[in-house]
Amino acid sequence: MPKYRIERAPAPIWMRTFIPIAAIVVTFIITSILVIWAKANPLEAYYQFLISPLSNKVSAIEVLVKSTPLLLTGAAVAFAFSSGYWNIGAEGQLYAGAIMGAWLGMVLKEVSPFLGIPLMLAGGFLAGMLWALPPAVLKVKLNVDEVVTTLLLNSVILFLVSYFLNGPWRDPVSMWPQSPEIAHGTVFFKLIPRSRLHFGFIVAVVVIFIEWFVLARTAFGLRMRAVGLGKEAARFAGVNVNRTMLSAALISGGIAGLAGVGEIAGIHFHLIEAISDGLGYTGIIIATLGALNPLGIGLAALFIGLIDTGAQSVSRALGVPIYLGNVVQATLLLVTLAMFILQNYRIKRV
Amino acid sequence: MYAVQMRGIVKRFGEVLANDHIDFNLLQGEIHALLGENGAGKTTLMRILYGLYHSDEGEITVNGKFSKILSPKDAIQMGIGMVTQHFTLVPTLSVAENLALSEESGFTLNPVVIQKNVAEASQRFGIQVKPGALVRYLSVGEQQRVEILKALYHNARVLILDEPTAVLVPQEVEVLFEALERFRKDGLSVIFISHKLNEVMTVCDRITVLRDGRVVGTVEKTATTQTELACMMVGRENFGVSRQGERSQGEVMLQVENLGARDKKGLLALKQISFSVRAGEIFGIAGVSGNGQTELSQVLAGTLKPSGGKYWVGGKDMTRADPAQLSCVGVGRIAEDRHASLVGELTVAENIALEYLDEFVNNGVLDRTRIRKNADKLISEYQIKASADDCIRTLSGGNMQKVILARTLSRQPVVVIASQPTRGLDVGATDYVRGKLLEQRDRGAAVLLLSEDLDEIMALADRIAVIYEGQIMGIIPANEATKEQLGLMMSGTASVTHDQAQEVESA
Amino acid sequence: MDLFLIGLIAATLRVATPLIFGTLGELFCERSGVLNLGIEGIMFLGAFSSFAVASQTGSLWLGLLAGIIAGLIAGWLMSLLTVRLGVNQHVSGLGFTLFWTGFSLYGFRLIFGEPKVPPKIPPFLQVSPFGDMPVLGPIFEQYLLTYVAFLLVPIVWWLVNRTRFGLKIRAIGENPEAADAAGLNVYRIRTQGLMIGGALMSVGGAFLSLAQLGAFTYGIIAGRGWVCIALIIFANWKAVGVLWGALIFGGVAALQLRLQTLGFDLPYELFLALPYLVTITALTIAGRNASAPAALLKAYKRE
Repeated sequence: MPKYRIERAPAPIWMRTFIPIAAIVVTFIITSILVIWAKANPLEAYYQFLISPLSNKVSAIEVLVKSTPLLLTGAAVAFAFSSGYWNIGAEGQLYAGAIMGAWLGMVLKEVSPFLGIPLMLAGGFLAGMLWALPPAVLKVKLNVDEVVTTLLLNSVILFLVSYFLNGPWRDPVSMWPQSPEIAHGTVFFKLIPRSRLHFGFIVAVVVIFIEWFVLARTAFGLRMRAVGLGKEAARFAGVNVNRTMLSAALISGGIAGLAGVGEIAGIHFHLIEAISDGLGYTGIIIATLGALNPLGIGLAALFIGLIDTGAQSVSRALGVPIYLGNVVQATLLLVTLAMFILQNYRIKRV
Repeated sequence: MYAVQMRGIVKRFGEVLANDHIDFNLLQGEIHALLGENGAGKTTLMRILYGLYHSDEGEITVNGKFSKILSPKDAIQMGIGMVTQHFTLVPTLSVAENLALSEESGFTLNPVVIQKNVAEASQRFGIQVKPGALVRYLSVGEQQRVEILKALYHNARVLILDEPTAVLVPQEVEVLFEALERFRKDGLSVIFISHKLNEVMTVCDRITVLRDGRVVGTVEKTATTQTELACMMVGRENFGVSRQGERSQGEVMLQVENLGARDKKGLLALKQISFSVRAGEIFGIAGVSGNGQTELSQVLAGTLKPSGGKYWVGGKDMTRADPAQLSCVGVGRIAEDRHASLVGELTVAENIALEYLDEFVNNGVLDRTRIRKNADKLISEYQIKASADDCIRTLSGGNMQKVILARTLSRQPVVVIASQPTRGLDVGATDYVRGKLLEQRDRGAAVLLLSEDLDEIMALADRIAVIYEGQIMGIIPANEATKEQLGLMMSGTASVTHDQAQEVESA
Repeated sequence: MDLFLIGLIAATLRVATPLIFGTLGELFCERSGVLNLGIEGIMFLGAFSSFAVASQTGSLWLGLLAGIIAGLIAGWLMSLLTVRLGVNQHVSGLGFTLFWTGFSLYGFRLIFGEPKVPPKIPPFLQVSPFGDMPVLGPIFEQYLLTYVAFLLVPIVWWLVNRTRFGLKIRAIGENPEAADAAGLNVYRIRTQGLMIGGALMSVGGAFLSLAQLGAFTYGIIAGRGWVCIALIIFANWKAVGVLWGALIFGGVAALQLRLQTLGFDLPYELFLALPYLVTITALTIAGRNASAPAALLKAYKRE
């Protein structure tokens, strides 16, 4: 009977390309348990998740719509992580962008879209940067853990949103906690008429491309990666670690802010408390699935967008609670993490 | 009667065969040396014996019984104790708590009780320790004593010492050897891992020589000589690179005055250091590790801000300079820790370009062709066994050091600061590095060499200083220096007076 | 004593309870070297599982037991990834939070559907050993779990500093190589730390659903898990510090509720945000002297 032993050596190359697929398969096997608990058929459920959204034009477009903010939050988180800055605050920075978008939408009443849209983008980016500033400064100057500070600020900004929506921005007519509808000139135009796909999608794709270029082809990107992969060595080689990390943190916040302003200007047109249901945290999933590579992030964001869209049809068609989508995404993240490690081991016959 | 027998031990790390069918026997009551160059496989073999590694093949017999040692726990139970180069002590716990760590009995822990136990053991074995002290505040020598006591405390009958004298001054080494003699009389067996021939010949009974993972031979001390052992270790007759002849002294390129610095714990590690290095000389600073060399090299490399004093490079005040400014001014820095100067996950080409990135950039965009060309040129010039696109972490220690040399020395620096440049390298790489440093000296650079290897300092330096507890104990011209004198300075028991030092400075 | 102050103290003790459970749980994880960002999710899981079992069986104690078991399992699952495999602790922790949150909401929806009025159960009763006494009476009218929480502080201190198990945890969190060389099983002890931590965190969540609210809602944890992550740093990883941190945060949170009733004309959201801002400030000041376990966030691998 031959003996097997697990050995620490990189797995053969052919195995690596299968990892994303294997991760998806394992995820679905694990989450089948939940589907069965709901007395539904797992195969049907996964059909609804993965195939049915792509089977008709409307839902395929919806996948792109759902991916839009995810591309941005994924890009935001990945940019910070690449430099070794653990920005867990993309959720809050998104809200900051949304608040700014709602405000600009209120004050820029008669502006034309040629001015309004760029202002919205600039404002959203700036707001995200501002919300990312305090934790970044505390980290760089006083070495305060950014994981905790960004997390806590996520909670704080929700209170700020609540204040605005229940106070000065509350709709005076309906008394609903939502801000007034944004001005016409600040709305992101639709890419496909009568659909929900808006200009934000183009912005997201462009940001992904720019991020790839910066990280792979510029000096700043190389310095960032050096800091993220070897802070001491980077410092020794003359890289200004503090300035690099600070820049990465702020730009990351700005990109997340763009996601927020996109949701306001492209989807909701006024600020509501539920403008993000964990988009910032999902961004962390996407950044990890994409292995911090902008191309991978693009694919991961589209995939999660697919699952989000699919979750709605699963819920409708099979009566399975819509939260299955959340569980699948989280499981996919954990399984992928495990597989990234397992790929460093090999089973050898002894 | 054999205390330990190891037969046919094989251990692989990925592609590297660290132990290649090794047989090793230890008699009861003997001090047996395991001799070999860095990377020969000595530490790996002993880690297998101690259960930290699992061998791929082979078997171990302890006291005549075939044994499976799967973890340090098993080894300790069989009476095997190990004292490694990197102390396995928990800094935030007390000496007594550290010793209590591998105890089995009892759920509760009373500090008074365990400290009393340790005090008793200290008496019994004749090893001085302070039971209640927190390990992080102990000196290196004291910590080593705790390590040895730890092993004896658990009734070790076989003691493995891995390069124990690397952190001791000559006088402390004598104390250690006396203790070993006592252990031998008590019937303990000792395995003494070393690469220092003279020590091995002094204290050991039998010597097993390893080279490239294989046993070259096992000999009785009385039946061999240092020269023969050296041949067995390296496989060739002579070795070593050393300076040839005197050089005329140029002007002062590096001037250090009353420099002070604090270490990671906030204690003053460097106290009022002053010296100068001239163009065309190698100024060697000898000393046992932990006496301030690390802090000195960090201050001069720009990664640690001094607490006081100043230093000048070529007349310019660089006291609060950061690494980028130092590179600009022409300071070539070779740091102690290769892994803290190269980013493992980036490529060779990227690492080389990183220190001078602005030269490889067009409007912020990387000029990848130029980066690649530069890397290829340096790879061939410095005989680096790697390609420009390889990740640094796949390179061997020697090749990594060559990358650092290439990055640093190709810039024709006016000052070279080399900290422990040959630490952990095999013979070939060591010779190469030393040759390069001499080359720089002959080129007219001012070279500051910090090394724990006294032989290295004596072979390369024109002038030698000794650092002890953050202060310079004296500066002597190389042709006047003796090992004894340097040893005394390294242990703080002697110093060349200030006047004598002045004479040497102005000579 | 002023009625306002009495009410404030009583409320502080109550609000601090889940924070003490959660932070002590995190203490076990982090002292042994693992950052557990799954705490928010595990507290959520604790709230859900204990509520579900309690409402289905009619027994609050069975519910609490279910919560403890759920926490043990959650800790064990986390150890598989972070201890055994050594995956990135930041990301896996967040992954687990998302997982347990989603799982709990899924399970809640399956069992209880989407009722207009959230299902309720009769919660734990409060215990008042001082009965009708003027000052001590109301202050000590607390849930049993609150007493347990405060008692746990000295117990945990004793466990960490005066038992062999605690010594092992401390060693492994500072220098796992040394602990391994001393013959300790690093993986097993870290797993135990995570499991104990998970159980404590889960009880923190169960307190909210079984005692304080008698119900389970979407916002039941509302970021308390993240506060615990901050508090453990503020507490300098010591049990005593956990007590102070929880009391300070709880005090400010309780104060916030009362300031509103006093008619202060500032938006009440500011008061809601106040405890978080105070915590960030405290972290900034405390952070400079922080002595984190040296091996925190580093996975341990033996060749």
